[in-house]
Amino acid sequence: MLTKRIIPCLDVDKGKVVKGKSFVDLVEAGDPVDMAKKYYESGADEIVFLDITASVEKRETILDIVQKVSKHVFIPLTVGGGIQSVQDIKKLLNCGADKVSINTAGILNKNLISESTDYFGSQAIVGAIDAKKTQESWEIYSHGGRKSTGIDAIDWAKELELLGAGELLVTSIDQDGKTSGYDLDLLMEITNNVNIPIIASGGAGSPDHMVEAFLIGNADAVLAASIFHFEEYTIKNTKEYLKSKGINIRDE
Amino acid sequence: MKIHIVDYDSGNLESIRNALTKVGCSHTTTNNPKELRKAKAVIFPGQGSFPSALKKLHQYDMVETIKSLVVQGIPFLGICLGLQLMFDSSDEGKMNGLGLFEGTVPKISNSVKVPQIGWNKVKINNSNIIFDNIPDNSYFYFLHSYYVNPKSKNNIIGFTDYGIEYCSAYSQNNYVGVQFHPEKSGQLGLKIFDNFINKFVV
Repeated sequence: MLTKRIIPCLDVDKGKVVKGKSFVDLVEAGDPVDMAKKYYESGADEIVFLDITASVEKRETILDIVQKVSKHVFIPLTVGGGIQSVQDIKKLLNCGADKVSINTAGILNKNLISESTDYFGSQAIVGAIDAKKTQESWEIYSHGGRKSTGIDAIDWAKELELLGAGELLVTSIDQDGKTSGYDLDLLMEITNNVNIPIIASGGAGSPDHMVEAFLIGNADAVLAASIFHFEEYTIKNTKEYLKSKGINIRDE
Repeated sequence: MKIHIVDYDSGNLESIRNALTKVGCSHTTTNNPKELRKAKAVIFPGQGSFPSALKKLHQYDMVETIKSLVVQGIPFLGICLGLQLMFDSSDEGKMNGLGLFEGTVPKISNSVKVPQIGWNKVKINNSNIIFDNIPDNSYFYFLHSYYVNPKSKNNIIGFTDYGIEYCSAYSQNNYVGVQFHPEKSGQLGLKIFDNFINKFVV
């Protein structure tokens, strides 16, 4: 049986791992290559890098990081942040990334999703959704959660599936960095409406939140940053706990 | 011993190179059929779609070379699409494959999420040296929407359960193919490369 995945996420700014709350207030958390190695050795199922470097000229650093990490870390690596074109994706995959996550550029130009899934295959393209609760539903935001789009998150999830995205990375802007749990209603609503895997993101504060994301939100994978970075929990003891709650987890 | 990796613009070759380097094996990557014909052992990777992969193989004029290497008995490791392409035909694009092995490549049923993404178990069948020192029911990383359905069940060397039980590893003479990604499957994945180089090839 396919196991549920535990994915540490490294937000990278100018070559360093940082972590903020609700997309702002950044604090430094460490070196991305060292942290990725540590997570690999402690049983992470995948690793996600989100390049939040604001300036375009500094973006080459993420390529260098991925290249270094992929020499030592033999699990899937996903890179997101600032991807604009098929050429950007090609560069990342050639450096050792397995998947890329596309957010703003896909909202501005849907063709980028279909073109890149045609070219690289659905398995290489993750559709990233940053969603904020509205009265009735959720709205997606672009530009790192800063810009309102007026697009309904559930509609956009369905559209990303149709355009060929292989999985969805669903981040709740409201919950991000708050460590009070994932937005379970958002996860439920999206998993009920698409048939591709869903990675839950934004809000993990304890392994119990992951249990909820799997059992209530029907997520296939959970993303977490601060609870692992600041060593509140290790991947290993998180996995032991999830297993004790009956979640199907890879253990070695 | 140098391994030739087939390059036909299909996916993440850097990971395969890194894995081979890690297990101490020298390698060369080529999209030139003349160079490929010199190979003593081949890794045939693959990501993306069946039709676009076939198109690229034709574009680089590599179809006949690959067929003849397999027929000649050159040790050959296919990964993911590099397994699927060996069979008669695929549901993806309703196309014929290289036709070296009898069987089809159907799509994973919609009763489960498609693509299958993540870690799943491989139940070893008819023990093959590629799985030496790998415990039965170990986890490997999968990322695919189609799977192989070989006619000859005797050549199936691994099964995986996802909606149905399907063939996740196949071997016929000098050829071995896996549906999962050993280059992304941690220590046990590296062991697959190690076994291929040090046991399967020699």
